[in-house]
Amino acid sequence: MRGIIGVVLIVSVLFFGIPLVWLVLATTKTAHALSVDNPFSFGTFHDFQTNWDQLFSFQNGAVATWVKNSTVYAVGALILTLVASVPAGYALALTEFRLRKPILVSTLVLMLIPNTALVLPVFLELNVVHLIGNPLSVILPMSFFPFGVYLTYIYFSTSIPRELLEAARIDGASEFAIFRRIGLPLAAPVVALVGFFSFVGNWNNFFLPFVMLPRSSGYPIQVGLTSLLASTPAFNPSSAGAQSIQLPTLALATVISVLPVLVVFLFSQRFLVRGMTAGGVKE
Amino acid sequence: MSIASYVFLAPYLVLMVVFGVMPGLYALYLSFTSRTGNGSFVAFQNFTKVLGDFRFMPAVQHVSLYLLFWLVALVVLVTFFALVVHGLGSRHLRTGLRLVYYLPGALAGASSVMLWLFVLDPTASPVSILIKAMGMASFVNVIVPSHLPVIFAIIAFWTGAGGWIVIMYGALNNISTEVMEAARIDGAGSLRLAWHIQIPMIRKWISYMAIISIAAGVQLFVEPQLLSQASNAIVPNDYSLNQLAYLYAFKQNDFHGSAAISILLLFVALSLSAIFVTRGGLFDKD
Repeated sequence: MRGIIGVVLIVSVLFFGIPLVWLVLATTKTAHALSVDNPFSFGTFHDFQTNWDQLFSFQNGAVATWVKNSTVYAVGALILTLVASVPAGYALALTEFRLRKPILVSTLVLMLIPNTALVLPVFLELNVVHLIGNPLSVILPMSFFPFGVYLTYIYFSTSIPRELLEAARIDGASEFAIFRRIGLPLAAPVVALVGFFSFVGNWNNFFLPFVMLPRSSGYPIQVGLTSLLASTPAFNPSSAGAQSIQLPTLALATVISVLPVLVVFLFSQRFLVRGMTAGGVKE
Repeated sequence: MSIASYVFLAPYLVLMVVFGVMPGLYALYLSFTSRTGNGSFVAFQNFTKVLGDFRFMPAVQHVSLYLLFWLVALVVLVTFFALVVHGLGSRHLRTGLRLVYYLPGALAGASSVMLWLFVLDPTASPVSILIKAMGMASFVNVIVPSHLPVIFAIIAFWTGAGGWIVIMYGALNNISTEVMEAARIDGAGSLRLAWHIQIPMIRKWISYMAIISIAAGVQLFVEPQLLSQASNAIVPNDYSLNQLAYLYAFKQNDFHGSAAISILLLFVALSLSAIFVTRGGLFDKD
């Protein structure tokens, strides 16, 4: 029994681990070495440099533009998400008003809808107001992040005692002053948590920018990958030519496209558990 | 006092209305009106049109088959690995394994598909021996239509399973040690412990995972889209329902048909979500 479980665990580690390790090693090889050398050998720094140069000279530096776009979209939407969700979660958790329950339930329902479900409807809507192609057409829809509101709501309702706010109210402080003096200073942990989920989701979002931003100059790196793929003769034989991309270069592009998220992930495992189990933790 | 609450909520509510509610309503409006005749009401014409489209039923089949493989893999394997890792003696091993399972989650969307294109291409693949041993000599042999649901399920599992394993692990940690001790004293082994205590205690989380995954899986888009591009359209670009909705909008310029498919997909997602929120019990603390 123990032996079987041991073998299963080893297989699982290989399954989850091999593709990542291999991908990183692939960026250090030539296309020829990639197909004939041991898949788990290290190539040379020189070949890495060559792949790097090929990637960043693609379409006069398009890749750098895509990475910059990804950063602008992901960070822009992250900031708007925080501005909208911290006060909203605070109000839902610690103040009383008539529509509290319906807003809370709508937030839960909307948060469980996959964001891809609204992409085409949002496209149809923004098409009417001629926002297609504008960076706002991805930043604004990504800023609507009900999960962030839910997380701040859970956080404020479990970490700030209502009595504290009552005391401040009796002292005659206004609601805004209370939020500024008590709510905001205590919000740091949940800002990091919401920031993590928002950034990762925004950075990795494919469908929304794919639909909203038709021009290459506006692509985020995730969509840019498809351009690179289309220029890789190994997958698309009709693309052989001056601008063609070799497999190791495509591998390097894939690594670069996930690097920021990978770094965030390495430091955030506990965030994930805390965020996702928030609903199930008993008060 | 309540005025202040609405001020706090205002930015979020504006976003909710503009990007959550209005797009849904506008798509609903489009789906019941026609392109010709200045948006006249056409009842269910758009729906009968897309449902009768020769590409629609195959897309439903593709997505359902993919969902089936993926869900079974998720429910069985995620629960299994969470239980096994949770039961390991060494803390370093537990932490290390969770990290290995979890890291691929960083490669969502296009990046993970890209990585798997490499893995599935026998000329470059790190496991080309394995692929060739299964009788597939080239990329084209690997991506024949009958393999696709399994391939998409593997990609989705590789990317997403780790996050869920970590979450289930967290849920297992929340089971009180007294309950576990009491059962052990009664002579329950690990298997019976898992079956009679641990799995029932994390059942809510398993159903949460299933609901979220069904809702997300129905939306399948980026995997077939990239594979279609990488395979020179051996994988068709109308493989999934969302691709079909995309084609209606962008290739046929038929926003009404596109809206009809979107509304159908949105209806599935909304129903699953609403059922879970009201019946699932995961969120009733209020």
